[in-house]
Amino acid sequence: MNSFLMHWTFAIPEIWVLTMACVVLLTDLFWGDRLRDLAAVLTVLTLIGAAVLTIFEMGQSGTAFAGLFVLDPFTNVAELFSYLAVLMVVLYSRRYLVDRGIYRGEVFVLLLFALLGIMVMVSGGSLLSIYLGLELLALSQYALVAFYRDSVVATEAGLKYFVLGALASGMLLYGMSLLYGLTGTLDMRDIAGALVNVTASNLVLVFAIVFIVAGIAFKLGAAPFHMWLPDVYQGAPTVVTTFLASAPKIGAFALIIRLLVDGGYGMLESWQQVFVALSLVSLVVGNVIAIAQQNIKRMLAYSTVGHVGFLSLGIVAGTEAGLASAFFYTVVYVLMSLAGFGMIMLLSRAGFEAERIDDFKGLAQRKPWYAFLMLIIMFSMAGVPPTVGFYAKLAVFQAVIAAGYVWLAVIGVLLAVIGAFYYLRVVKVMYFDKADAETGIIVRDDLASTALSINSLALLVLGILPGPLMAFCFYAMQGVI
Amino acid sequence: MSAGQPTLAAYLILGAILFSIGVVGIFLNRKNVIILLMAIELLLLAVNINLVAFSRYLGNLDGQVFVFFILTVAAAEAAIGLAILVAYFRNRHSIDVDDIDELRG
Repeated sequence: MNSFLMHWTFAIPEIWVLTMACVVLLTDLFWGDRLRDLAAVLTVLTLIGAAVLTIFEMGQSGTAFAGLFVLDPFTNVAELFSYLAVLMVVLYSRRYLVDRGIYRGEVFVLLLFALLGIMVMVSGGSLLSIYLGLELLALSQYALVAFYRDSVVATEAGLKYFVLGALASGMLLYGMSLLYGLTGTLDMRDIAGALVNVTASNLVLVFAIVFIVAGIAFKLGAAPFHMWLPDVYQGAPTVVTTFLASAPKIGAFALIIRLLVDGGYGMLESWQQVFVALSLVSLVVGNVIAIAQQNIKRMLAYSTVGHVGFLSLGIVAGTEAGLASAFFYTVVYVLMSLAGFGMIMLLSRAGFEAERIDDFKGLAQRKPWYAFLMLIIMFSMAGVPPTVGFYAKLAVFQAVIAAGYVWLAVIGVLLAVIGAFYYLRVVKVMYFDKADAETGIIVRDDLASTALSINSLALLVLGILPGPLMAFCFYAMQGVI
Repeated sequence: MSAGQPTLAAYLILGAILFSIGVVGIFLNRKNVIILLMAIELLLLAVNINLVAFSRYLGNLDGQVFVFFILTVAAAEAAIGLAILVAYFRNRHSIDVDDIDELRG
């Protein structure tokens, strides 16, 4: 028992978030009617507190709770980025939720529980804890998507997400059960040890890897497991879409690190091939289908599939530099989608979602500053220097070329060029089209618009000075391999 | 294991069959969303059979502990699924799979 509780302090950030999620739930129940901002303010304080606790434990590493919990640089760094993503979602959300009459404490409670799920996944040292973290995240996400229950599209998106998400969890779990049968343990380090004696052509192992990678690909949104993504991104309230496109991607990346790198690095060649295929299909599907979209949320959903294709290039490389570049891409993608969906949220108002590309017509004449921010976001997603999106693509291309997949990098560059078309179309609509009479966009300057300006300008600043963020991502990958 | 008892392979085949029925039930079902929820349940139960069979065969209890957690998660999942279904039904007054077509493209 003593050894089980040894190093329990490693889990203090998780314990803090769990406690505060319960506190937010209860205080909102009793005082939520009188103090409407209470839940949001407490959530922000929770995130800041968690960040402080995480920074305090940086530099330590080890396992706790009989191997269920792992602390290493990746845990700390991924958790910090997850707090940042949730913080931005909370800062953007207020007016959107108030306008639609759904500014209630439950949103913030669900966000905190989803964050806790991500934290458990990120620090999971065994199949059991990784699965439980994944489900905590997934169940919170289903509830968040269907949260706007008077909206037909939101409930439909929730239903679709639930059915397909449960299927993906089932596949991942089936792969986990085969892995357990093969190795006789749930602990990732013991699995890595046991797999040394298994040949790569072992049929059970091949099935286990295929099922696990399929489950991960679904959670990431890689084609051909992307069918839920456009519908859910379009149907969910934009607040929830912003969240879905940010922190959970860090969680999905953690699945790759914890399951495939911690547990299955000896089987690198087996899952590398699957990622080559996933990356190729995602690049093509994401970048080509996005061209046909009229709804900007749906377009950004397909662009997500394309981005997942790019970050998979770094995973294909499989080296420490490759994984660090994939992590860098994930973080940059999270920042870009926070800004992109945050902009849609900021321009919307009651009864007007600002989700058609045509709604952005003539934005440059009406609101030059927001049009400029959107320009940075779109350039960064397209990968135009000097934005940070350019460095993210450059890093994964360097990694995949160093691993000897020059042809894959060539295809990636070609599809990046095709992808630039639909990002630049948004810029063209903003700067060169005349505004319609009915697309009157009102932006009230408040905390959210300040946060959005900082978020978008960060894409430019990080593009000029990418060094520190890159070094941070390399630090995260220390000791993972 | 004495003669006459089912072998590990038999349990695994049972699990694989149940899992396949679950997947087919999700993709081929054109009638009712409730059946989708049942298919999802079947997926998780197939995994449970796998885990229990492996656990018994390996003489290691971890797999059976995992099963308890999966059962709990399955209950939570069913609760959330039904809650979403109720919210959906109040908006659309139908739970036919074919009617879920508001979002496409």
